[in-house]
Amino acid sequence: MEIQFTLNKKQVTAEVGADTVLLGVLRDLGCKSVKCGCETTNCGLCTVWIDGKSRLSCSVLAAGIDGHEVTTLEGVEEEAAEFGRFLAAEGGEQCGFCSPGFIMNVLAMKRELDDPDLEEIKEYLAGNLCRCTGYMSQLRAIQKYMTLQNENSGKEAQV
Amino acid sequence: MITIGNYVKPKSLEEAYELNQARSSRVMGGMMWMRLGNARVKTVIDLSGLGLDQIEDEGNVIKIGAMCTLRQIEQCEALKDLCGDGIAECVRHIVGVQFRNQATIGGSIYGRFGFSDVLTAFLALDTFVELYDGGTIRLSEFVNRKPDKDILLSIIVRKSKRKFRYDSIRQTKTDFPVIACSVVTGMVHGKETWYFSVGARPMKAALLEKQWEIPADASEEMIADYARQAASEFTYGSNMRGSAEYRQHLAEVLIRREMTSILAEGR
Ligand SMILES: Cc1cc2nc3c(=O)[nH]c(=O)nc-3n(C[C@H](O)[C@H](O)[C@H](O)COP(=O)(O)OP(=O)(O)OC[C@H]3O[C@@H](n4cnc5c(N)ncnc54)[C@H](O)[C@@H]3O)c2cc1C
Ligand code: FES
Ligand code: FES
Repeated sequence: MEIQFTLNKKQVTAEVGADTVLLGVLRDLGCKSVKCGCETTNCGLCTVWIDGKSRLSCSVLAAGIDGHEVTTLEGVEEEAAEFGRFLAAEGGEQCGFCSPGFIMNVLAMKRELDDPDLEEIKEYLAGNLCRCTGYMSQLRAIQKYMTLQNENSGKEAQV
Repeated sequence: MITIGNYVKPKSLEEAYELNQARSSRVMGGMMWMRLGNARVKTVIDLSGLGLDQIEDEGNVIKIGAMCTLRQIEQCEALKDLCGDGIAECVRHIVGVQFRNQATIGGSIYGRFGFSDVLTAFLALDTFVELYDGGTIRLSEFVNRKPDKDILLSIIVRKSKRKFRYDSIRQTKTDFPVIACSVVTGMVHGKETWYFSVGARPMKAALLEKQWEIPADASEEMIADYARQAASEFTYGSNMRGSAEYRQHLAEVLIRREMTSILAEGR
């Protein structure tokens, strides 16, 4: 069947089977940031946004995406690169395989939670596994990034 | 993994129900569990176009559409007003936010999974399920029915002045629970009534009802005795996450903590 959806603000069309999952469709459409880790909803590597919400593309039927809006890391490149610099500075990116899904969920958290504390951050990101970092460097990067975001939005509010 | 012949998004409940009567058809919720099985499904029926994704506060009941996600339930103010933090607590350990943005309450309740936090929590509350063909029945009745070809439309929680607590134990974060317990208390037909629901035993959640008048200043020993009695009335099994004895011990501890917390708050 043919589906049409918005991918990173562009209208796209794809031919999919009834049991095709979104992950493969997105990679075929050139969004190679989307990674497959477990295929069983456990690792978070395949995280994309569907209608603005973080979801696991390994477990979404592509057929159900018809008419919806999908965002991958390629669609928020600048913002992702900015946070990526914090991640690199803290040693929070080693093999880097988990990073695209992790960054997508961090940016979703930034949109959803107002000034989250450490426990809220840990809870929000519980579904993003990383084999390399031990998480502490990732958490430091998020806290520094969020602090900067808050400072910037404070400055904007004052202007 | 599952194989699917056709994907259909019906425009009406009648159509969905008719399609589901074929032996090889399956209704899909979030697909999170179903996808992991090996079923060969001829037609998968997506209910997402039927307006079943709203939580409505209808005054004396809260009606949760079957396609509401676990994240919607976690963040719902009406459920928080009624049950405190218990409902958010029962879902917040389930995998991650991305997962809970997709897994549905309909799939969680319909599935009647042994490990289910969601079923354990809602079973202790004054909960009904609305079925397309089977009408509205108590969740405690539904939980013991064999899966059939009906469609679950909504989960209805009757409002009352009951206190609710939920807790679970996991070996690691985001894993299935080793045990899950909820305790509810309130006046029912003029009598102080306690409801205990224990899930992940590892069998599916079961409900126990007791008319116990417990004084507000009950001693720790007294509460421990009640908790021991409640926990001993469930059956437990062993699997790789824990033995039956360990589970019973954990159930007793969680029930005691939950009862203590309710009594400390006042009924
Ligand atoms: C890796 C993993 C970890 C999990 N951990 C936990 C946990 O710790 N605690 C916990 O409580 N749960 C856990 N779950 C279960 C999860 O929370 C959901 O209960 C489960 O995924 C089912 O929800 P779904 O929306 O994905 O349903 P689906 O997988 O789509 O459907 C499940 C079943 O219900 C049927 N169904 C769905 N909706 C309806 C309807 N409206 N009417 C009739 N039939 C229907 C389907 O046909 C299917 O048989 C876990 C699941 C996975 C995959
Ligand atoms: S690949 Fe989707 S959660 Fe692991
Ligand atoms: S950096 Fe290697 S898996 Fe996270």
